[in-house]
Amino acid sequence: MSEAQATAGQDSGAQFRGQVSDEVLITVKGLKMHFPITEGVIIPRKVADVKAVDGVDFYIRKGETLGLVGESGCGKTTTGRCILRLEDPTAGEIIYDGKDICQLNNNELIDIRKKIQVIFQDPYSSLNPRMKIGEIIGEPLRVHGIITDEAKRRERIGYLLGRCGLHPDFADRYPHEMSGGQRQRVGIARALAMEPEFIICDEAVSALDVSIQAQVINLLEELRDEFNLTYLFISHDLSVVRHICHRVAVMYLGHMVELADCDELFDHAMHPYSQALLAAVPIPDPELEKTRGHQIIKGEIPSPINPPSGCVFHPRCPLAVDSCSQKIPDFREVRKGHWVACTEV
Amino acid sequence: MGKYIFKRVLLMIPTLIGAAILVFLLLRMAPGDICAVRYLGSGLAIDESQIELCREQLGLNKPQIVQFFDFIWGYVVFDLGDSMWTGQPVTHEIAIRFELSLQIAIMATLVATIIAIPLGIISAVRQNTITDYVVRGFAIAGIAIPSFWLGLMIILGLLIVTQSWLGEPWMPPIEFKSIWEDPIHNMAQLIWPAVATGYRYSAVATRMTRSAMLEVLREDYVRTARAKGMVEKIVINRHALKNALLPVVTILALEFAFLMGGLVVTEQVFNLNGLGNLMVDGVERQDFAMTQNLVMLVVIIYVFINLLTDLAYAWLDPRIRYS
Repeated sequence: MSEAQATAGQDSGAQFRGQVSDEVLITVKGLKMHFPITEGVIIPRKVADVKAVDGVDFYIRKGETLGLVGESGCGKTTTGRCILRLEDPTAGEIIYDGKDICQLNNNELIDIRKKIQVIFQDPYSSLNPRMKIGEIIGEPLRVHGIITDEAKRRERIGYLLGRCGLHPDFADRYPHEMSGGQRQRVGIARALAMEPEFIICDEAVSALDVSIQAQVINLLEELRDEFNLTYLFISHDLSVVRHICHRVAVMYLGHMVELADCDELFDHAMHPYSQALLAAVPIPDPELEKTRGHQIIKGEIPSPINPPSGCVFHPRCPLAVDSCSQKIPDFREVRKGHWVACTEV
Repeated sequence: MGKYIFKRVLLMIPTLIGAAILVFLLLRMAPGDICAVRYLGSGLAIDESQIELCREQLGLNKPQIVQFFDFIWGYVVFDLGDSMWTGQPVTHEIAIRFELSLQIAIMATLVATIIAIPLGIISAVRQNTITDYVVRGFAIAGIAIPSFWLGLMIILGLLIVTQSWLGEPWMPPIEFKSIWEDPIHNMAQLIWPAVATGYRYSAVATRMTRSAMLEVLREDYVRTARAKGMVEKIVINRHALKNALLPVVTILALEFAFLMGGLVVTEQVFNLNGLGNLMVDGVERQDFAMTQNLVMLVVIIYVFINLLTDLAYAWLDPRIRYS
């Protein structure tokens, strides 16, 4: 283990004790992303913050897939974008290779972006309509001078397309000539082009048909094993997450409420929000579905502009006690590798 | 593609016939004719038979329908007739002015493009900053300031500046010389009207570039480009700008067509003898032959520019394919 990685593992603090033996690839500590709301045209002044991400801690080990789940607006995508520095985080550290991504200048950022790639949700809008597939995949190889020879680059593009289940001739097509599933495969091939270590899959399959989703998920799994990739798998689809992830983190209103190994979380969710989320997954059997009791969370998700005090979930929580509205619960380890931000479990 | 162009060119024929009917009727709806203008305007005592004779010579006493078919027939046999006022062939009168108008239109388009595209990009990239406000103010001013007034100010400014710097005032040359013949003389004369009209025209294009860029910069594929590790310059130029150019090209092309026939006032200010001037003279003198052919020329330019713009779309955007 390199010194940098060792430091990253130790720096993650008591929270991550017991897992230092495995190589930690990326550590996120106290990540906050607040978007200011301004008023006034000529002299803009800040009136409030949208607290999209408000203090998130986690780490991902090499070769591991961490699922990040939660409902719309809980901050999962923002977390992913902060790691890519597509947003500049308000506070916190993102340590990768011993360097804090938040502190990098533009040149260093380009280096790190070769190692961290992203697969976006919408395969229709994430590919430039004016470029051929070959150009989209080959552009970083050419611009960064990784493969300067035209013929070799074409060969590499062909290989990447082939590896993602597309015919190499697709390099001469435009995105609009392809189906959604094919485009998403192009998105994956593009992400692979730079031989990254870490890929952020931001709702990578949720725009696809269910049958295509299964193919793409299987492809992601194969690629993970073949290229020893690490994934941050952002999704709202719990069944997909259960299939692919090693560990799962649950987010609610910018906070992480629970983090555990995949099976542990699905079988023994502790946080009342996680339990409700899991209970909402439909069972594909109408008879069984009918007999199942539904636990519905009361109320609406509060606004991230003015989140509730204390535990952000307390106004909707069935277990809430008086103290929940005052004190922000610690993210504590209740069982080995099982972390929960709740005082009542 | 070839088939598409052929179809489009064929479709121009009904458009042109429609325009021909319209211009023919509109011109003849106005009271009086060129003979009345020529003789009655002189203030001398003219007897009615002389005017009749003039009308006969110019073919104005023929039935309207015959005059119309003569007009159309002219296009079939490529003989547009003579100007009713000067007696010179219409094609000759247009030809000697066409070069000047075309040159100003091209130069103004260049000025506009050089101003509009960089400013539009900067304004979009630095949205809602001081830079953006300054660019937007500059653009709004361009739309608000009439180009003839700007022309007057340019001439005045030239006089004042040259007076104070060189000791004697300098004016752009009045006589037109072709750019092939005397490029310095030609530029010294035409650069000013090109700047005056180009600025106004850039204003519209700047705002269009800005709004198109703002839209494209929010697209996912721009974020993809950033995430791929592309430097900002490539993201802006290659990924965003190319996609934002489509509406800008449309605006530039339409303005170009407008410049070919619509520079009436600016030509007066700079004392240029272009197509705009010819049109004004033609209308004033009720020179039907001149005016209707000039209007048809402008119509043909518009129709062709439109076709070229549509073809440019296919070149700019691979999703657009004509068949």
